Amino acid sequence: MANGLLDIEALERTEIEALLERAKDFQPLQNQREKRLDLLGGRLVVNLFFESSTRTRLSFEIAAKRLGADTITISSQGSSVSKGETLLDTVSTLSAMKPDAIVMRHAASGAPHFLGRYLPMPIINAGDGQHEHPTQALLDARTILDNRPSLEGLRVAIIGDIVHSRVARSNIHLLSKFGVDIVLCGPAPLAPQELKRLAPGVSITYDIKEALRDTDIIMMLRVQLERQNETSFPAGEYSRFYGLRAENLALAKPDAIVMHPGPMNRGREISTEVADSARSVILSQVENGIAVRMAVLEKVLR
Amino acid sequence: MAKLLIRNGRVIDPANGIDRVADVLLANGIVRGVGENLPARGAAEFDATGLIVAPGFIDMHVHLREPGFESSETIETGSKCAAAGGFTSVCCMPNTNPVNDTAHLTRYIIERARAVAKVNVFPIGAISKGSLGEELASIGAMQAAGTVAISDDGRPVMNSRVMRRAMEIAASFDIPVIDHCEDLNLSAGGEMHEGLTSLRYGLRGIPACSEDVMVARDILLAEVTGARFHVAHLSTTNAIAMVAEAKRRGLRVTCEVTPHHFALHDQEIAPYDSNYKMKPPIRCSHDVAAMIEGIKAGYIDAIATDHAPHSVTDKMQEFERCPFGILGLETAIGLSLEHLVEPGHIAIKRMIELFTTGPAGILKLNRGALTPGLPADLTVLDLKSKWTYDVNKSPSKSRNSPFDGKEFKGRAVATIVSGEVVWQA
Repeated sequence: MANGLLDIEALERTEIEALLERAKDFQPLQNQREKRLDLLGGRLVVNLFFESSTRTRLSFEIAAKRLGADTITISSQGSSVSKGETLLDTVSTLSAMKPDAIVMRHAASGAPHFLGRYLPMPIINAGDGQHEHPTQALLDARTILDNRPSLEGLRVAIIGDIVHSRVARSNIHLLSKFGVDIVLCGPAPLAPQELKRLAPGVSITYDIKEALRDTDIIMMLRVQLERQNETSFPAGEYSRFYGLRAENLALAKPDAIVMHPGPMNRGREISTEVADSARSVILSQVENGIAVRMAVLEKVLR
Repeated sequence: MAKLLIRNGRVIDPANGIDRVADVLLANGIVRGVGENLPARGAAEFDATGLIVAPGFIDMHVHLREPGFESSETIETGSKCAAAGGFTSVCCMPNTNPVNDTAHLTRYIIERARAVAKVNVFPIGAISKGSLGEELASIGAMQAAGTVAISDDGRPVMNSRVMRRAMEIAASFDIPVIDHCEDLNLSAGGEMHEGLTSLRYGLRGIPACSEDVMVARDILLAEVTGARFHVAHLSTTNAIAMVAEAKRRGLRVTCEVTPHHFALHDQEIAPYDSNYKMKPPIRCSHDVAAMIEGIKAGYIDAIATDHAPHSVTDKMQEFERCPFGILGLETAIGLSLEHLVEPGHIAIKRMIELFTTGPAGILKLNRGALTPGLPADLTVLDLKSKWTYDVNKSPSKSRNSPFDGKEFKGRAVATIVSGEVVWQA
């Protein structure tokens, strides 16, 4: 991790456990009047967002500030990218200004891995294309552990557009390392059978009822209309066959929790009733994002 | 012109059934004869003791990038790569700027090659004007000017009616139609072979079926039109099965495979390294095995490199933004020896056929043999020589090879074009 955090797939289980434990230390801070620690005083974190993002960008910025680091956030509209400069040149230029770490969101899968081959400073992946979103999986795991004693033996249903989802990939890799029973569910073009071979413990169903039955955790994914060249599923039928509503939520365990990485399409993949119910931990996920990102920044920068 | 006597090599000339230690005499740019202890009579001598002397290798699929993309490659630099890789002839694809879709462009390439190229250059003309897949190019006039085949390589003709008309015309002029078989709708947005690895990396897939459906279409059209149809850079299990079936049915269907499609599979791709990005993509291990089986069974007629230079600037980008294609001329023999001959899949004679009589027969080049009277093009091989490929020393203007730093055993040690040594190790 000295070299940043590019993906969950390459992490050891013990590294994940250490981050989740450390995030727990940071959780109470969010509700204190004085929220700032000075663990990273004098360090500079550059947040480079080449793709629009609100919650992840803010969450990283807040996490860095709470650790006492200086932060600068650049979004693609204001950068040299629009002037035709290559990504490598843009980030090389930034690296000459000696940031201690770069947090990067980019629409191309592997963009941080590509830069990592040429640049010396650590890169934290804040989401690369359809590949991974490692801090999202960590905050999801933290949220699950706030509701369950451990990850082992849980049954987790991930429902929606799996193939285009970096959130799904990171979660599959993380949960698999802890022996979780992972059930993927979505329209066939968005949940190809080959995904079963991505990691141990993964199964696939095209029937949401089967996915929900006796499950502990339900992770709903956003239907990413902007990532598809064409509709992979009749849009009008999506909600009927793959939307989470109160009546099919009843198939899950009575204490099952509902998660969503946001932003939600209310009425499409999740009903308002479920999203706002006591079972929903969606806002806890957002809150945990800060604690988890503090743990990651601390690990990378100290 | 000077005479050259190549002494004491193991001469392998599949077309003439020769495989023995002998001398080869070249004079005035043509082969004079193959025999034992030929008298020198003033000829310069080349000692080939311990080496293999073969007809000049032919690469029927390269991109020389001139005119239009001279920052990536030129006819001169590309031909130097060919010579360094043991090739005496290359056939250049028409996707230049402008596209080679007229006799005028064909003549320009031939004249330019005559002035600057180290090896023979045979242009391949476009099927359609601008390779836009709509209106047919001037096929007959291009052939009269020296085009040896037609292809819209890289921009396959999607309209089946246009392809049918092209094949009818090509059949009437007896010029082969080479297709880069890819259904652009099935492969849209794709960056690497669709499978577990593309899912892992979050890269959009190019499914094997995008190649298969076009191979199927083209074989059916070749049957209807009687055209000679050649599958460029074939890479899938189903495609080779369909070509084999077409051959059994007596259709005039041929195919080529590139060294990278029998040397690498998708799980060996370095993550997001654009030097592994090409079309068709590096396929899965099952397809790689099918390519080797196809070569063993004789269904594959030629090895071609699809040498596709792209400048460093173009390749130093996010994977999804990089253009498709890799260099191939200098590593083709090394990879073929390592993956085909060394493991015993085929004999060295068969490998030589795939680089000589195979492509020469498809394109009717009247080369690829040491028959007296033919142009004196020869490739001299050393099967034991160990060497390391250093792409930074390549004569190419580009550096996009996944084989940089790779150690090889066996290579071309001399390339002879029209009786002159144009390259020597």
